[in-house]
Amino acid sequence: MDSIQWDLLREIAGFHEIPEGAYNIRANGTSVERNTTEEVDIVSKKDGSGIDIIVKPGTKNRSVHIPVVLSQAGLSEVVYNDFFIGEDCDVTIIAGCGIHNSGDQDSRHDGIHRFFIGKNARVKYVEKHYGSGEGTGERIMNPKTVVEIAENGYMEMDTVQIKGVDSTDRLTEAKLAEGASLVVMERLMTHGDQDARSEFAVELDGEGSSANIVSRSVARDRSRQLFVSKINGNAACSGHSECDAIIMDDAKISAVPEISANDPNAALIHEAAIGKIAGEQIIKLMTLGLTEQEAEEQIVNGFLK
Amino acid sequence: MLELKNISFGVTEDADEKEILKDISLVLEDNRFIAITGPNGGGKSTLAKVIAGIKRPTEGRILWDGQDITDLSITERAKLGISYAFQQPVRFKGVTVSDLIRLATGNSITTADACEYLSEVGLCARDYINREVNASLSGGELKRIEIATIIARKTKLSVFDEPEAGIDLWSFSNLISVFEKMHSQIKGSILIISHQERILNIADEIILIADGRVVKHGAKEDILPALLGTPDMMQCRFGCQEEC
Repeated sequence: MDSIQWDLLREIAGFHEIPEGAYNIRANGTSVERNTTEEVDIVSKKDGSGIDIIVKPGTKNRSVHIPVVLSQAGLSEVVYNDFFIGEDCDVTIIAGCGIHNSGDQDSRHDGIHRFFIGKNARVKYVEKHYGSGEGTGERIMNPKTVVEIAENGYMEMDTVQIKGVDSTDRLTEAKLAEGASLVVMERLMTHGDQDARSEFAVELDGEGSSANIVSRSVARDRSRQLFVSKINGNAACSGHSECDAIIMDDAKISAVPEISANDPNAALIHEAAIGKIAGEQIIKLMTLGLTEQEAEEQIVNGFLK
Repeated sequence: MLELKNISFGVTEDADEKEILKDISLVLEDNRFIAITGPNGGGKSTLAKVIAGIKRPTEGRILWDGQDITDLSITERAKLGISYAFQQPVRFKGVTVSDLIRLATGNSITTADACEYLSEVGLCARDYINREVNASLSGGELKRIEIATIIARKTKLSVFDEPEAGIDLWSFSNLISVFEKMHSQIKGSILIISHQERILNIADEIILIADGRVVKHGAKEDILPALLGTPDMMQCRFGCQEEC
């Protein structure tokens, strides 16, 4: 791997060196490094379209890194990764994609991740998207995440896209069985002429299942954002979605929350708020000695932290 | 030393010109504890905002140690050593108590140092330091955090707009000792807008403002006895200039 690829890895996965435990590093369309352990197996799909990550039942306190970097302009790929998380596991999966495009052709990575989470298993999924490079070619990422959580399973998704991705269309679908829970924290910032769409579709099928989808976003310059969250409560369950957005400059933001109760015992809430940074917040930080611009940065950084 | 020279401030409401501050001239010496009191709507908060640079006077000049700061921004005045505590503290999603205190000190401080400031305002630091300054905090908690940010700045002038509002009785007595301690340690001036006799009582000077004007300004010993009386009397004295 070259230095640009290492820079991307640092940004998306905090890599300074090859991590411990199981990992698969994909660079410019191929797997370049892989490590498997007794508990975590990583197998290439036969047609070469992606990998299967298989975590043995009962695996605790283990992490799996599967970062993707693209530094070759004009590269476009679709990758299918399937995660099979055994019963009673407790694992952290660190994914993420970094694109460096210094050419005039678009670079694009569409990652389709499917999670099959076993009974009583807990998964933390961390995904960071980042783009760099001075080229006029766009950096495009369209992640699709499909999650199935078995009885009493739990998944926490932490997704971040702060810089450099020109266009993104994210879709997260989830189906939850009895007692299963899903917690999502999405953080998104768009600038320049970027376009971002993020859609969630959650089916709360099992009794006692719950979902909490929280999105915080900032749209600057002329960027556009669309947030769609659909939660269907099909049993005695609880669902909450919250979209909180700061709009700046000439940006445009739409939030479309949708909740449907198909069971009288489903309790669903949605909240959506879009607004500028409150003038009082800027004034307070200015009275502490920050300039208006520094105050704005602090507020945005804190909001997306 | 802060000098206000012929400060007026007016707003236009429904095409009507309304003067909130009328030709106010004051000299605030260094290392003094000064209380501003007077009836609601008399212009006290506006005066504090004019000093901090949040509102610009329509007429008059403000001098800080001889330098004309009338046209300086909030930031520039903050850097020169003027602090301002909001009457209704601002909430921030995502910004933590520790972030706010760090920004107030202007440099990176340890968590232990940040905790020190919280302890001074009677908050158990461990419970608060990593909390967001958001709607999950009560009005009283926010108020104490607001005061902690001012203590952390250690500036030559600290302006507090009704610090007692929203603070419960227990912390009220602590608040008094916070101001006393601040006054003795920082060696700066403290300017507090207050209706509370106990705060007026620890001041060196009292300024009475009503109807946009300075009605009285002098040593506490000279002003306070005249202000105290029955509560009705106090209201009357505030409200009716001829009786003051």
